[in-house]
Amino acid sequence: MRLRITFAKTGALRYTGHLDLHKIWERTLRRAGLPLAYSQGFHPQPKIQIAAALPLGFLGREEIVDIWLETNDSPPPPPDSLQSAAPPGLTILRVEPVPERAPALQTQIAAAEYQVTLLEAGGGSDLERRVADLLAKETLPRERRGKSYDLRPLIQTLACRGASLDMILSAGEGATGRPEEVLDELGIPPETTRIERTRLILKPAIE
Amino acid sequence: MLSPAEIEARLERVLLTVQKPGRYVGGELHSVVKDWESTAVRMVFVFPDIYDIGVSNLGLQILYDRVNARPDALAERAYLPWIDMEERMRANGIPLYSLESKHALADFDLIGFSLPYETLYTNVLNALDLAGLPLRSAERNDSHPLVIAGGHACFNPEPMSAFIDAFVIGEGEEVIHEIMDTVGKFAGRTVSKFTGLQAHMSERANAPTFKRVNALKELAKIPGVYVPRFYDVTYFDDGTIRAVTPNIPEAPQVILKRMVAQLPPPPTRFLVPNIDIVHNRLAIEIMRGCTRGCRFCHAGMITRPVRERSVDEIVAAAEAALQATGIEELALLSLSSSDYTSILDLVTAISEKFAGRHLTVSLPSLRIDTVSLDLMERLKDRRAGGFTLAPEAASERMRRIINKFIPDEQILTTARAIYARGWTTLKLYFMIGHPSETLEDVQAIADLCKRVLAEGRRALGGRAKLHAGVSTFIPKPHTPFQWAAMDTEAQIRLKQDLLKRQLRDRNLKLSWTEPPETLLEAWLSRGDRRLGEVILAAWQNGAKFDAWGDQLRFEAWTSAFAACGLDPAFYTHRPRRPDEIFPWDHIASGVRKKYLLEDYRRSLEGQTRLDCRENCYACGILPTFADERRAHPGPYWKCPEVKSPTKARSGVQ
Ligand code: SF4
Repeated sequence: MRLRITFAKTGALRYTGHLDLHKIWERTLRRAGLPLAYSQGFHPQPKIQIAAALPLGFLGREEIVDIWLETNDSPPPPPDSLQSAAPPGLTILRVEPVPERAPALQTQIAAAEYQVTLLEAGGGSDLERRVADLLAKETLPRERRGKSYDLRPLIQTLACRGASLDMILSAGEGATGRPEEVLDELGIPPETTRIERTRLILKPAIE
Repeated sequence: MLSPAEIEARLERVLLTVQKPGRYVGGELHSVVKDWESTAVRMVFVFPDIYDIGVSNLGLQILYDRVNARPDALAERAYLPWIDMEERMRANGIPLYSLESKHALADFDLIGFSLPYETLYTNVLNALDLAGLPLRSAERNDSHPLVIAGGHACFNPEPMSAFIDAFVIGEGEEVIHEIMDTVGKFAGRTVSKFTGLQAHMSERANAPTFKRVNALKELAKIPGVYVPRFYDVTYFDDGTIRAVTPNIPEAPQVILKRMVAQLPPPPTRFLVPNIDIVHNRLAIEIMRGCTRGCRFCHAGMITRPVRERSVDEIVAAAEAALQATGIEELALLSLSSSDYTSILDLVTAISEKFAGRHLTVSLPSLRIDTVSLDLMERLKDRRAGGFTLAPEAASERMRRIINKFIPDEQILTTARAIYARGWTTLKLYFMIGHPSETLEDVQAIADLCKRVLAEGRRALGGRAKLHAGVSTFIPKPHTPFQWAAMDTEAQIRLKQDLLKRQLRDRNLKLSWTEPPETLLEAWLSRGDRRLGEVILAAWQNGAKFDAWGDQLRFEAWTSAFAACGLDPAFYTHRPRRPDEIFPWDHIASGVRKKYLLEDYRRSLEGQTRLDCRENCYACGILPTFADERRAHPGPYWKCPEVKSPTKARSGVQ
């Protein structure tokens, strides 16, 4: 049985990276007593797929993970039973079965929505103008690891709300916008912000 | 001091600029966060190395559980920041803080350092400094927390005696409660049924009745607690000790270690870290103490008597710990697993109970015989593909001297079987520098390694691998070898070079301890009170993380010795008179000094003493702990039964 779990990652878990999050899921599911399916081979690994790596330091409001269990018929476990096995900072929002053969979760992400809180007062003084200027540009040429690319088309939406910024950035293969890059274009040092990924937007399911 | 909220706000600005920020935030499953305001006694445990190493320390896990089980007390944790984080903390005025409530260490009533080994000492000074506390015990006043330390290294507390207010000698499970009771009086907060907690931090400084020195006197009265300021040390002209004398009536002449007659149930609610750490495992102690009597082994001497847990208790604890944590590896710990009486029953029970649950079980410290293979096969511990054995010496003469006598043939037979049953890597541990060792004895290590690898080639061809780990002997306090001089740096290098020359093979990996690491550990292990100034000077010269080979700054130490006018060779390369008073002689492990000396003499004559559970050699443990043995009869202790009527505890030396 394949289950899709929607969860929030907050608190101290903000500083737990992607690989370590795998381990946290494995242990949480073991504590919950679920019969995790393992890969074959000499070093069996539990079958856990996290939709999209959440960069270290980001909070996640609605993250997604797929897990595989060895049972097929039983109803999915209620979120409460998983919650009681979860460490502080991991909040289980929904648990739902998905078709076994649905495409890998990682390939289904179209975009991600972020909310950036500015921690330093004053950082946002002429922010609205800077946001408008940025959106008015046709292109935003940048470099990432020696490769040049255009950030502008990856910004689907960007809006300023008081001391925070909301944005939706594309997240396809080879074309992922990063909130730090947008902040950099706006002249805001990322360490003066708190970034929360509020939602992952999946591609429409193909029937 | 900054408030927890201020500390948290500053942390948020720096955490994303350091490596592995998850080290600095706590929030682990099973960490205990109690209400600060309504808890009367507040302590923080500090493991003086980074989180990755400290968080899995079993001793601290045990004590953390025990203090937090008390309704009147809370225990939090702190670890040393790695160099990048230390730099950010100092630059941003962030004091060392606890992971649970983010209180500055200075806000606690008691700071408890864990000192399992000596190369943590400069980190202790660094921790006190990062906490904004005066380093010297004498300079701290009633507004500062009490600072205690415990762990194996504290069996020679003298080198750190200027910085630590009180040392706990021996096992902490019971004495921690007596300490917390005393610290509670020092803290001066009382909880009233009607109005809640009465006094607050600021009042500690004003509490008229129970000042720091009273608290220390009370602590000195607790058996097993050593308060160095209540002892004076005098020296002979040659620098050796003339006498160690208590200077208040409350301080006992000899501080006998604490020993828990009945091992309490093992902890099961292990902290589950949110990041990868060094030992990702549940550790359950199956037995404490060791009856083998290897003459170089500090742990084997100071943890006597042997006490075992029952198979049922261990299996139940493993089950509970697994359910509580979901951790995928279980280590069954002891100094000598093969000596656990029901080892086969235990291994069978564990392997049956946890079959199919994706649990890796490790059983370190196995004897060199084929029974060990059967045990390992039952546990299917082939994850790393390796099998570890510790012959320690390779010539017959040396094996008699160190009292670990395993004939070559037994080692080769075992190695043959290990390779034949499919383990591709065998790891052998040796030690060079044993008393009276010559180059021939070292050559024997090289020869044995070659013969073992040849066995591997016969069974597996080119796939067979051998890893030889060679450490260097240190004449540790409280062991029969405490009278021996250790090798000089030149001697050590000569021996290591021989091995490096001889053991050149694609399938043979040789690793060794660099002489500076060994020498530093030796000085710190054997030091007296005067070494405190050297430790301080070395820390001021930038020494920290000395246990990390790549961080050790040897010149910081050599120049510290020079600045203090002390010769390091005095501590390590000098043979001792039989009647020399050692800096640690007023600390008693329960094994008599006379027994150790006699055993040292036997060693020089090549006489071994086999497992004492077969034949008690009267090491001193039984008369010292006769009451405890009488109260706990039966096979659970491995010393003989005591039938004689109770008499008062006699002198220990
Ligand atoms: S009293 Fe006897 S049996 Fe007990 S540890 Fe000492 S020598 Fe061994």
